[in-house]
Amino acid sequence: MMETVIYLAWTMAKILAIVLSVILVVAYLTYFERKVIGFMHSRIGPNRVGFLGFKLRGIGQPFADVLKLLTKEIIFPRKANKFLFVIAPMITLATAFAAWAVIPFSDGLVLADVNAGLIYVLAMTSLGVYGVIIAGWASNSKYALLGALRSAAQIISYEIAMGFALVGVIVAAGTLNLSGIVEGQQGGILNWYFIPLFPLFLVYYISGVAETNRLPFDVAEGESEIVAGFHVEYSGAAFALFFLGEYANMILISALATLMFLGGWYSPFWGDGWLAQPNILWFIAKTAIFLYVYFWLRATLPRYRYDQIMRLGWKVFIPITIAWIFVAAILKVYQIGPWF
Amino acid sequence: MSKIVKYLKSLTLKEIRQGMFLTQKYFFKRKFTVRYPEEKTPKSPRFRGLHALRRYPNGEERCIACKLCEAVCPAAAITIESEEREDGTRRTTRYDIDLFKCIYCGFCEESCPVDSIVETDIHEYHMETMDKKVITKEQLLAIGDMYEEQIADAREQDKKYR
Repeated sequence: MMETVIYLAWTMAKILAIVLSVILVVAYLTYFERKVIGFMHSRIGPNRVGFLGFKLRGIGQPFADVLKLLTKEIIFPRKANKFLFVIAPMITLATAFAAWAVIPFSDGLVLADVNAGLIYVLAMTSLGVYGVIIAGWASNSKYALLGALRSAAQIISYEIAMGFALVGVIVAAGTLNLSGIVEGQQGGILNWYFIPLFPLFLVYYISGVAETNRLPFDVAEGESEIVAGFHVEYSGAAFALFFLGEYANMILISALATLMFLGGWYSPFWGDGWLAQPNILWFIAKTAIFLYVYFWLRATLPRYRYDQIMRLGWKVFIPITIAWIFVAAILKVYQIGPWF
Repeated sequence: MSKIVKYLKSLTLKEIRQGMFLTQKYFFKRKFTVRYPEEKTPKSPRFRGLHALRRYPNGEERCIACKLCEAVCPAAAITIESEEREDGTRRTTRYDIDLFKCIYCGFCEESCPVDSIVETDIHEYHMETMDKKVITKEQLLAIGDMYEEQIADAREQDKKYR
């Protein structure tokens, strides 16, 4: 009895630690995004809000934004379905957080070391689209509905390419356990899966960008076309939940790309030096690179046209991934290189 | 053949890579942002900001109530009333400028035969209530007294182009 209580309390503490750190990272990710995009526009980005009268290059900006959003009123549109309207952002956020349960941060540092971890992550990220669809429908607004339709079609199309890209990883690693996948990439940068599976790596990351509705695939929001898409009617804390979910998903995609293609917490160096030791800092650094690329893409590329997105998903990515799964299978059968 | 080359180019993300190198280059370039209250951009001597009424060096107000500025004002922002003073000269009793109507075109300054009404380079001002939007003769003269040095300097710099 006592043991169960302690076990439960310990698990709750772990969940809280993960959720809080994800929220904190999301907060500073918005700051980081505004800084990066500002720098690429030859601006300096937010630099006003600090703590205790010190500006500190605007480091208090995320907290000011959060406080502003939380004190705003939540407006319910007329004839909106209130229950679904409230539940939709929760679905988005809950699925975005739930997927973090199986992400290994370092060797053994994982909440749930399940064998089908990869499938679980895919399932959770797919469920997230329900939040978007329900939000779009419950808002009783034509823009929201259009945004939700676009988003649903886009996410479903890219999920296929993404799933196929992950099949390549599964073939290479021979396991669905995320820790197992990382352990298959032990021993320096040359052992990481992004070398034999390079096309799949690119397809996975680009599909990930499309999955999270980030630029250049943000037709679901498309400010110039449909105002703000599915969350046009949301304000205050409900909008903050969508925002949090979107950014948590971005970090999740980056973390997954790190785990599956860049060897998770393993160092890119080989040998026995102190730089070659596996560490959680490697995991964080690699994830940060992917997050930077998110903003880099946003600062560089204009939004795709809708039919271009569909063409890219169905007629380019899916053939490439299917072809490369064959290549991966051949490499696996003949045990080529240090990877298989 | 060219079709294959084009296909390979798009498959290797050639143009996207070029674009991303460009934005990365700008990431390290000098930033153009002016951190406003601490840093300010230089202002031209011709800058047209808040109005002022000037005086002669002996302290006599310049305005002779000819009402040319009132006539030329395209926004009808100026209201002037005048009377004869004890010494027999014509002077204004009322000189109001509605700052919300004013479009800061500078015609009043150009039309003035005695260089009385001028526009200074003050542009950071505000009113806290609606009725403060009309500035009176006393306020205009006070602004003129306070910033006479800057007004005279700006006119001196711009003299040869007038």
